[in-house]
Amino acid sequence: MNAPKTAEFALIGKSVVIKGELSGSEDLYIDGQVEGSIELHGNNLTIGANGQVKANVNAKGVVVQGKLEGNIRASDRAELRKSAVAVGDIATQRLAIEDGAYFKGRVDIQGDRAKQEASGGK
Amino acid sequence: MKLFRSSSGASVPAQNAQPLRLTRRSNGLGEIAKVLAQQEQLCILDLGSTSANNIRYFTERGHKIYSEDLLEASTDPALATTDEQGKPALDSKRFLAENLMYPSAQFDVVLCWNFPDYLDESLVKPVVEKLWSVLKPGGLLLAFFHTREAGPDAVCYRYHVMGGDNLEMQPIELKKHGRGGSTIRLQRVFNNRHIENLFRDFSSIKFFLSRDNIREVLVVR
Repeated sequence: MNAPKTAEFALIGKSVVIKGELSGSEDLYIDGQVEGSIELHGNNLTIGANGQVKANVNAKGVVVQGKLEGNIRASDRAELRKSAVAVGDIATQRLAIEDGAYFKGRVDIQGDRAKQEASGGK
Repeated sequence: MKLFRSSSGASVPAQNAQPLRLTRRSNGLGEIAKVLAQQEQLCILDLGSTSANNIRYFTERGHKIYSEDLLEASTDPALATTDEQGKPALDSKRFLAENLMYPSAQFDVVLCWNFPDYLDESLVKPVVEKLWSVLKPGGLLLAFFHTREAGPDAVCYRYHVMGGDNLEMQPIELKKHGRGGSTIRLQRVFNNRHIENLFRDFSSIKFFLSRDNIREVLVVR
């Protein structure tokens, strides 16, 4: 499915509902509802504050500000912002979780330089 | 000029002040830290509020961490039901069908923190039985209990592991994830006998009493 493009990333707006397999070779910002799977090898995914995603995600970087039900596989970095509600397993090299984020699942830090940054809202 | 002094002498906190974080030393956590230092790739289940600190602490040491906020999950309004006497209760079967869905003997360490004191009565025993089954033989479970009548408004804390036996305690602000407005309140105060009975299926139990009126319990499956 082709989402509207901006100069920086593709955008799925608040009112958009998608069921199916999403894949692409550019960054993606989801503020609507997506159910299925999301494959963005080498690119970044942001789930906006209004976003509701029920899908396994495979991307380079993943930022969650809304709701995600599914596993995250981020080859570089995953971030859960304070408004995030994430249920599922996370496999990544680096993980940041803001104070206030809700997370339920397993964390698997991968890579030889498995460094994790976490801001605890102090 | 200030003409009137407040009766308590306490200063009024700023409106937007961050809740105060306290620190404490935990003998139970100290015992677990020794095990973590001696073994690799342990599987740990953290049942407190999501703590970036804890995730970082355990993953940096090469262990696997699972995070699940059971107290938050217990506030789901869909769990509300009544017991045989018609009194309000929570549906423990539904609760366990949606939470703690792990295979048997998966975890080396389970961190309950203080949730048993705040968990609804109808869920406590079923949850402890489930935790016994998901622990590996020889696995450790740590839980904190109040030692005296603390009142229903006793502050519920989330615990952040700071290293060794050091913990940082942060008062919990109930976050509503569309789960209704249930308030987390101290449900009861367990005495030693109640605690021993609760963990009777475990092979050993150790108590650590601390000055801040918390009884730490470390049990071994």
